[in-house]
Parts: sequence; structure tokens; C-alpha cells
Amino acid sequence: MAKTLYDKIWDAHTVIDQGDGSALIYIDRHLVHEVTSPQAFDGLRLNGRKPWRLAANLAVPDHNVPTVNRRLGISDPISRAQLDALDANCRDFGITKFDLMDVRQGIVHVIGPEQGATLPGMTVVCGDSHTSTHGAFGALAFGIGTSEVEHALATQTLVLKKAKTMQIRVNGHVGPGVTAKDITLAIIGEIGTAGGTGYVIEYAGEAIEDLSMEGRMTLCNMAIEGGARAGLVAVDDKTIDYVKGRPFAPKPEQWEAAVAEWKTLHSDPEARFDRVVEIHAASIEPQVTWGTSPEMVGPVSARVPDPAQIEDPVKRNGMQKALAYMGLTANTPITQIAIDKVFIGSCTNSRIEDLRAAAAVVRGKRKADSVKLAMVVPGSGLVKQQAEAEGLDKVFLDAGFEWREPGCSMCLAMNADRLEPGERCASTSNRNFEGRQGQGGRTHLVSPAMAAAAGIAGHFTDIRSWT
Amino acid sequence: MRAFTVLTSKVMPLDRPNVDTDAIIPKQYLKSIRRTGFGPFLFDDWRYLDPGTLEVDPATRRPNPDFVLNDPKHAGAQILIARENFGCGSSREHAVWALDDYGFRAVIAPSFADIFFSNCFKNGLLPVVLKADEVQAIFEGVASDPGKQFTIDLPAQELRLPCGKAFKFEINPHHKHNMVNGLDEIGLTLQQADVIRAYEARRAQQAPWLFN
Ligand code: SF4
Repeated sequence: MAKTLYDKIWDAHTVIDQGDGSALIYIDRHLVHEVTSPQAFDGLRLNGRKPWRLAANLAVPDHNVPTVNRRLGISDPISRAQLDALDANCRDFGITKFDLMDVRQGIVHVIGPEQGATLPGMTVVCGDSHTSTHGAFGALAFGIGTSEVEHALATQTLVLKKAKTMQIRVNGHVGPGVTAKDITLAIIGEIGTAGGTGYVIEYAGEAIEDLSMEGRMTLCNMAIEGGARAGLVAVDDKTIDYVKGRPFAPKPEQWEAAVAEWKTLHSDPEARFDRVVEIHAASIEPQVTWGTSPEMVGPVSARVPDPAQIEDPVKRNGMQKALAYMGLTANTPITQIAIDKVFIGSCTNSRIEDLRAAAAVVRGKRKADSVKLAMVVPGSGLVKQQAEAEGLDKVFLDAGFEWREPGCSMCLAMNADRLEPGERCASTSNRNFEGRQGQGGRTHLVSPAMAAAAGIAGHFTDIRSWT
Repeated sequence: MRAFTVLTSKVMPLDRPNVDTDAIIPKQYLKSIRRTGFGPFLFDDWRYLDPGTLEVDPATRRPNPDFVLNDPKHAGAQILIARENFGCGSSREHAVWALDDYGFRAVIAPSFADIFFSNCFKNGLLPVVLKADEVQAIFEGVASDPGKQFTIDLPAQELRLPCGKAFKFEINPHHKHNMVNGLDEIGLTLQQADVIRAYEARRAQQAPWLFN
């Protein structure tokens, strides 16, 4: 019978089929960070248990880490306690961990692929909802809660209910200046933040095939913002080329067999999906969110929508609340929205390609005086190193942008990087919820090039007309 | 996980519907790295007259004398009873951890929110669903004599009142099996350890690079 990519990975990982639509599923890779793991390790201790397979786990601190003066340590005692706990837990149980000062340290969803710890066809879990990122490799990757973190540590499995499948086909090719971020935002605008609830999304079509691995990671990263616990992209030569030679990649003697298996990691042509959504790539413009949910998004050429035009009272009310929080007036052209800060970073857009795109925009220009802070936070120490080798740090610094140490940073403002109440930010992250980047902060989600351009212009601007 | 078979205890009457997870454990305590130690912050906003954080010693705070948890008549109760939709709100497991850490072993209500309900079973806290009139009868029993002892008999699926009357309750057989035998989901999965090992051995043959 014809199978989807999801079916193939599910079947290959079924340890016990419970016969009721759920199964005990084997977990190949478990990524660990400091915020959601301490109680899980405590649980293991309380019950006298050990991790099932140490080599399956890889840990890194990212959410709480400072992005400046790292050698001075962490001043916030609660953040420091979470990092110390991760240290102690990994030491006690023997789990590989990249320390704060290790060049391999970075955002958990950046370092997994970078190290080759994320491989095609794997099941990948982490106590973080943006684990969907790793689906770019044709891996079934999803976020889990603390009890499930403990379950995965102790048993190398999870009891899961099989999801429905949705294929999102982005047909044709995007125009210049339109990136993976714009595609993924446009998709969420189309299906809504609950559109993918209960589904695993497989992204397909020429525009997806066109994307680099970095772009596919950006795409899958935000599957969760569309409600789907996991996103998937079929394996192709780009996937295989990306993985080759990375530290955790198959050894040379295993390589050919691995590639042969990976080449089967696509949906069969006859496979049926529970739902199919088609989008024309050529119609996608650079996107800017205007509200407090990722589905409140539109093209940069548009205006802030007018709640008065909305018939559904629930929707109208939600829109009014969002505009009030965001301090926006209906019908204002998006390009007239002035910003206070720029954040280029997060597991959505902090890889080398993202930094190159942003640097290309700011090269030889200066940050607008009205912009208080423009910060660039690379996704990992290795991304930072690569960017510096290419001179990108200089480009940013010359333009008045700050160049920081890797971590989650202002994506969720758990460290010292945050928006002050009322401040407006052009951000390359993935959530524009109220207070996400700091209490009262106003977040507009955009691509790296769009964020960089806003930092230069002082307001949103259409990157396609950028000179 | 601790097994739950038969429990005899006084009952703590929390006469409110829609007790949400924010009320059970407010968000400032989620920064804790522990699964334990939430007991002193259970129902924090209702229980104390002054605000708290992880850094404030609860012993230095002013208890709200009007809140039922602070009433000495009910001290030592291991069963909590409340009205419908108990545990609504966020998915934080900290809510269950806080109830457990305080010393509750069971919560009785006419209905529970989904996520809270399933989190209970992952942590050995028994949620008992009774009919609204039965819940009412228990509230009245406690009001007439707070020292009354009630018995929850999980194998028999009944709650026995001091007067000898019993209320039957339903429970999913898997959940019951896990609770009675003290098996958490992890313990249960570990009963299949041989099957997992066999899978691993097979898989290591097919895809050895996954086990480097
Ligand atoms: S960068 Fe943001 S979204 Fe990504 S893992 Fe860190 S906090 Fe979560």
C-alpha cells in the first residue's frame, strides 16, 4: 500500500502497535535543554532509574544563557540554578553536553542538525515545541512535556497516538526577496494557528524543493505555530549533502547503506493525505505580522486590517484586542510602522544563511537613529565562527548593529535581553504573543532581510524595492 | 510511582468550581528546577494575604485565615473535594506536583479538565469523578463533622462514607491498573523492556548509524 513519509517513519519506529491507533514508538534522538529537563532527571533519581541509551541524548543550555560577557557568568540566580542543574544532571547520568564556553553551544534546534545529531528518518524529541524544526531532514520531530522527557530518557520510547496527515504544496517558485520565513508565515496566514491541530504536515512542491536546508528548517520550525506538532520535508540530495561529514553523521563504512535508506524517505506518489492545501508560490510577498498571534499576518504591501470590516464578532473582538496591544491603528500602511528594536536570531532564523541575508542588506549602511537597539544573535558558536570568518560581524558592527553570543536571547526574554513595555520590535523569531519578548513588548515577525532593512530604515520596508 | 489501593482520610472541602492551574500554582513558581517543594505554594493567591515568589520564605508570609487550607479543623486531610471543571487552564504539571507535595493523594470533583486529569495519572494522584449530588453529600458530611473519615477503595471503585453508604465511581481500566500496582507510564513501558531491546537489536542491524 502507498505510504506517506510520516507512515514510513511511524512504521519503522513502532515497537508495539497497541491496536487502538496508538503505539509505543522508539525515539532515536533526545535533545535536552535546561528549562524542561530538571524535573525529569529528578524523576529518574526518585525512582532509581537510568537513561536507557546514553548516546541517544545530547544536551545544551540555551534558553537562559547571557549573550554578552559570558565569562562573567550569569547574574540572575534562578537562571544560573537552571544551568547548574543541567550541568549536574548531565554529569551524574553521563549525558554528552556542550558547555556555555564550548564553540558547539547554541540553540538546541540549531546545534542538532549542525552536529549531524539530527538525521533523516529519525524520531527526534525535545522538551520544546519548536522541535518541529528537525522535520526539515525528513525526521519525525516533535516537542514533549516534562513527564514525556522522563519517559523518553528512561525507556527510549513514547506512547503516541497516530496523527492525521496534511500535505501543503507550495507550487511554482517564489519571487526575489521572498524567503522560507515568508512562505511559512503565509501558510499560517492561510490555515490559521489551529489549522494543523491533530496533523503532521508534509511540505512539498517546487518552492519547497528550491529551499536550502536552512530554509527548510525555518519552514518546519513554525509548523507548530500552525498547530501541527511536527512538519516534514522529503529527503533529497540537499539533505544528504548537508549531513555528510558532520560529527554525528554515519561513519564512512555506514554511509552508503544510510543514503540508500534515506532515498526512500518521501511519500509514495499514490499516498493519500487526510488534507491537502495548495498555495501558489508566486503570490507570496514578504510577510509582516501585525497582531499577537502568528496567523495575524499579511504582505508588507498591505495595510493594518480594519476590525470594522470583520463580520464574525469573535474574530473582530480578537483583532481589536490585538491592535490595542500592538498600539496600531487600522488601515495604517505596514511600511509606515516605525520600530524601536531589531532582533535577528532564534531557532527560526539564526543560521548562517540568515545572517548572510541580513548582512547583505545592512552592508555599507547605518542603523536608523530612531532604532534603539539592533541585535544579531547567532544560533550557535559555530555559526558565529563561520560568520566571523566571512566578516559578517564587521558588516553588522559597522552598521551599528550589536553582535552577540549564541542563545535563545530575546526570542523569549528569559535572559537579560528583552523589550521594555511599549517597545516595538522587528523580530526574526516565531512567536508574537503578548509579552513574549518582554512584558508589554510588541513583536512583528519577519524574515532576516526584512528585519535588517527595518533597522536601517527605522520602519518596515519592502525588501524587494531595497537598493 | 506510589501505589494507590485504599485510602482513609479526612476530606478538605474547597467549595469552588473551575479551579484553574494558575490558582493551583501561580506562574512565578514554574522557574523552579524541582518537581517537589511546591506544597507551600499550593493555592498561593488564596492561601496568603501577601504576595510570594520562590525567594520568599512562606513561613514569613501572612496566611489568609478565611481560606480552608489554613483551617486547623481540616489539617491532615489527604483528600481534596471541589466542584466541577477542576484543573482547567494550562498544561503545567506543576499543578499536580503541588497538590501531591502538599500531601493530597486524591481529588474528588464532578468533572476535571482533560490535561490535568491525565497529568494526575502520570504522578499518582487519584482524580475521582462523582455525581454532583454525591459531591454535595460529601460537602455536607464534612460541614457537619470535619473530623469524619472517608475511604476511597480503588480496587472496588467506591468511596465509602462514615455512615456506611458507598458511592461507586468509574475509572479507565489502564489507569486503574497503573495506580493499583504503583506503575507509572514509565514503569509500565519498562515491563516491555525485552520488546524494546529486541526492537533495538533488529534496528541496529538495519540502521547501525542510528546507534553510533
Ligand atoms: S529560540 Fe525561541 S523558540 Fe527557539 S527554542 Fe529558543 S526560546 Fe524556543
